[in-house]
This record gives sequence, C-alpha cells and structure tokens, in this order.
Amino acid sequence: MTHRIGQILIRAIVTLLMVAILNFILFRIVPGDPARLLLAGARTAVTAKQIEAQRQRWGLDRPLIPDQVVDYLSATLHGDLGFSFKFRGRYVADLILERLPATIVLVGLAQFIAILCGVVLGLYAGWRRGGAIDQIATGASLALYSTPSFWVGMLLVVVFSTALGWLPGYGVYSPGATIGFFDGLLDHLRHLALPVAAVALGLIGQYVVVARAAMSDVVTEDYMVTARAKGLTNGQMLVRHAFRNAMLPVVTLVTLNLGYVVAGAITVEAVFAWPGIGGLTVEALNARDYPVLQGIFLLLGASIVIANLMADLAYGLLDPRVRK
Amino acid sequence: MTGSLQDKASLLEVDGLSVEYRLNGLSLRAIDDVSFALRAGEAIGLVGESGSGKTTTAMAIAGLLSPNARVSSGEVRYRGERLPIDDDAAMRPHRWSETSVVFQGAMNALNPVHRIIKQIAEPCRLKLGMSRGGATARARELLELVGIPADRGFAYPHELSGGMRQRVMIAMALACRPSIVIGDEPTTALDVIIQAQILKLLGELRSQLNLAVILITHDLSVVAEACDRVMIMYAGRIVEDGTVAEIFAQPKHPYTKLLIDSIPNPANGKKMIRPIPGDPPNLVNRPSGCAFHPRCPSAIGICATEFPSLDEFGQGRVACHLHRSSQEDKVAAHA
Repeated sequence: MTHRIGQILIRAIVTLLMVAILNFILFRIVPGDPARLLLAGARTAVTAKQIEAQRQRWGLDRPLIPDQVVDYLSATLHGDLGFSFKFRGRYVADLILERLPATIVLVGLAQFIAILCGVVLGLYAGWRRGGAIDQIATGASLALYSTPSFWVGMLLVVVFSTALGWLPGYGVYSPGATIGFFDGLLDHLRHLALPVAAVALGLIGQYVVVARAAMSDVVTEDYMVTARAKGLTNGQMLVRHAFRNAMLPVVTLVTLNLGYVVAGAITVEAVFAWPGIGGLTVEALNARDYPVLQGIFLLLGASIVIANLMADLAYGLLDPRVRK
Repeated sequence: MTGSLQDKASLLEVDGLSVEYRLNGLSLRAIDDVSFALRAGEAIGLVGESGSGKTTTAMAIAGLLSPNARVSSGEVRYRGERLPIDDDAAMRPHRWSETSVVFQGAMNALNPVHRIIKQIAEPCRLKLGMSRGGATARARELLELVGIPADRGFAYPHELSGGMRQRVMIAMALACRPSIVIGDEPTTALDVIIQAQILKLLGELRSQLNLAVILITHDLSVVAEACDRVMIMYAGRIVEDGTVAEIFAQPKHPYTKLLIDSIPNPANGKKMIRPIPGDPPNLVNRPSGCAFHPRCPSAIGICATEFPSLDEFGQGRVACHLHRSSQEDKVAAHA
C-alpha cells in the first residue's frame, strides 16, 4: 500500500517536471522574439542595440539548454512566473491569484451541484433501468453532454436575461450599487446563477451518463445475484453491494474533473464576462501575453496532474484490487 | 402423481412446474411439467445441456426467478407448504435460511470490494439478526469448516485461488444453516484436482449437516461422484430419473445413453469423445412429439407424433416410447 502511494507520488512529481519543461519549450518555439515583444509598446523605432540590451537583461543571450531551462525551473519553484507583457510591471503569479477565486467559486459551485444531481440521478437511472426516470434522464443527459457549454450559456442569457429579465447576464456584481453584506451576497448569487448553470448542466449530463452506465453494469454482475439469493432486500443490495462498485468509475471521472476547478471554464467565462482564469486566458491570448499564458498553462497542467494523483489515491481506497 | 411425491419424508416437492420467459413479446417455455421430490439429506444431480431447463428449475426452487419469468402452472412445496416462488418479496425470508445457492465462486459471484469474512457474515447479521461480533465469529467457524484458516477471511476475493473462492462460496451458503443447498455448476471453472476436492468437501458437509443437495451440471462424472440420484433434462422436461447406480449401469433413455457414451474413459480404451449428433432443440419451435426424436438414433414412428409421458419404470422414471411398460406390445409391433 505505502509502496503504491510512493510510486504514485513519484510519478506525479516526474510528470509535473515534464509539464514544466514542455511548457518552457512550447513558449520558446512560438513565433516572435521575446526581446522584440518586450519593446513592442515603444514609441520610437527600436534599435538593434536596445534589443541586444533587453536580451542581456532577461538572460536571453545565454544558451537555451541548460542555462535558460534551469533558470525557468528554479524561478517557477520559487513561485516566480515572470512579468506580464500586457499588464506592465505586474507579476504573472499575482494576476493568476487575483483571478483564481472567481473561477473557483464558479466552477467549484457548478461541480458541487453537478456531482450531487448528476451522480445521484445517474445511479438511480442505472438501478431502475428502463423506468420513466431513466428514460427521461438518459435522453436529457445525452443532449446536455453533447451540447457545448458556451452555447447552453448563450441560450440561458437569451432566455433568462434578455427575454425574461430575471437574472443578470454578465459580470460578478451590479456596478455602482453600494449595498450591505446580505444584499451584496444575494446580488453575487444572482450573477452566479446563469454561468454556474451553464457549466453544471454539461457536467450533470456527463455524470448521469457515466454513473448510469456504471450502475447498469453492476446490476447484472454475478455478485448481485448472490446478494439477492442471500435474501437481501433491494435497498440492502443497492447500499451494500451495488453502490461502491458503481462508484469506482464515477469517482475517477469526478476527481479528474476537479482538476478543471482551477483551470476554469474558458468559453463560459468568456460568454458571461466572468473575471476568472478563463477570462484571463482569453485576454492574454488576444494580447499575445506569453508569460501570462505560460503561467496559466503551468497551472492547468499542474492541476490536472494533481487531480490524476487524487483519482489514483481515491481509486485505491475504494477498490482493493488495485492496492498492492 | 407418482408415489414418491406423497412420501412424508420429502423436504421439497416440485409438482407439475412450468416456467415461461417473456422475451421481446415471445413466450418461451423454459421448463415444462417438472415434478420431483427431494428428501432431507439427499443429493440429486440435475443434468442437461444449455437450455435444457436445469438452471431454471433450480432457480425456481431457490426463489430466484428473473423478473421476466412467469410460473405458468404447478407449484413448489417446502416442508409441505407452498412456496410463493413468483413473488420476489415473499420469497425473501425463505432465501438462504432454507435454501442457499453455491454459485460459481471462481467467477464474479463474490463482491470484489468486500473482505470475504464480511460477505460470509452478512447473511448471519441480516437474516439471523446476529451482532457484528457474533456474525464474525460464525464466519470464522464456517471458514475453518470448509478448510480455510480463519485469518484468511480478511483477504479479498481476488487474493484467493479459484478453489479457495469456491470454498468461500460453500462457507457462505452454510451461514444460515439451510436444509437445501443448490450447487450451480460449482466445479465448472476448476481443474480436475480442485474439482475432486470441492466435491469431497460437499459430500462430507452433506453427511455432517444432513444437507439436501441439488447439483446442476452438464458433467455426468461430477454427478457420479457426488449424487444419489440423477435427473436428466432435455428441452425443459425431465426425460429420465433414477439412482446413480441404475442410470450408469442401465440407462434407459437414448439421450442418457448418448450422454454417458460421450464421457471419454481411457481405462477401457475409449479415448475419443463421441459427440451427440444434431443441435440442441429450438425452444420457440419445439419439435413435435418427443423433443429428442430428431436426434434420436432409435426413434420410431410414434416419437414424432406422440408425446411420451414420464412414467415410472423400475426404480426410476423415464419418458420414452421405447420404455413404456403399457405400450411394450406396441413398441414391439413397431420394431
């Protein structure tokens, strides 16, 4: 058991290192000389001398391998992700940290709702396969699962914001209003409703489909016949024998998806002008802000690696067959 | 009904039982007018090829018919009382306490995520209302009883060999002290040495606990080793029923003869397997008359038109026009 955990940890660390190195290489092969990009905002014509000075200042004149890679890795380890091109003089790490809470609230809440609704509904549909709830839930889930979430978001805006005027269609707070804590919270929740729904609906579809498939596989297993032969009631069969086996693939999927809580929902954030990591990604892309993009990519890679690590550990807790 | 059914010592009586499955609007008769009695401590082998109805018969007795099955006629009596075999909830108290099933443990009959001791203790807790500690102690006893050191109970199913898993299944089946244990091909996935060990264990437990055993198998040699009586099933009906000694020495039904002939026996130089010609019967479009007549080497004219009833013959029963005492003259005339 400890041996297995050790192996998983080492694998995660090596993967993180590979992610960081790939991230470094990726931004060295994109077109454009960093020194030129740095001087892009200059008012006068840029001289070769100025470029050379920039190259020296940022260490770009030194060999790519090993000097620059080592510099990058060591700075990254110290939490230094460099400066933004677009937001002059601002640390990338600070920019990301500023935007992180909005994303965590949005995607985290959506995940929470989707796990509660999707997993429960999916397991139930699989348990009562062919029933009315199964047919409705499966049909709706397939539709939701295969619909892009930004499109769902746009529909939600058109219906609930533009046509009905019930909920705000963009932003985090109503601008200009100075209100008390509870009114402020309510205002925030009203702004959250549509983007959370847009992210959650797609996830619910995905969870229902996977949980239902897992459960309907389990109910046909031989050990369920054994449980029935032992005289267990349907409830006992579900709780004691079906649930944990059906949760194996579900837990893996949910944990992997949790990696995206930090990475954000780029398209949905764009639709709702949500100031999270997804929004920052779009801004950085438009401004060719490579350092910010590099920082976001690193965050994304790291959160996926960590989510994988957690999925591995969780699976080991649930399924004795993978423990060693 | 036959005399044996009125036998007071009968633990279980199956009386004219027919079960149908509904499949895509079709109604498929899986067993047809099956009658037999099982005495306490007796071991019956239920033999037949796939689709012969042996599993449906056993599952009906255990109250484990699937939701699309329907009992179209007949009944099952346990200790003289009719069992509600077509009522899932009403059968629950009977299951495992009176009739338990040893499934193919080598397959997936044990839950992969629970320790085996928990799985053995589960019916003790739920059905006998024992405490957690009491149920665990009982599970340990049961493990020792089937020859597994009690401490191995903390293993998971995947950590045990096929033979060990089968022993666990047997221990589990004995948990609530049932009177009848149904073995559903309990040795099919095991190699011959382990198979012999499991059969020996079942035999010992049977005499020790006075268990009645119904062994479902397609392997006559397993029956020869472990049973007192054999019932041969074909196309949902019992075609021959008799003691093991009788049936192996003097099989009456041509199908039984062919089954016995198909066992290779290197000792008397018969090294080749002799397969039974033809295909298993189509249950949707059942052959007229005797269902076996298209494959039967000794079929006579009447076999294709008239259905042979299961009549007493000597010590057992046989359903074959060639062996109807009242019709022996007719048979002679045909021949």
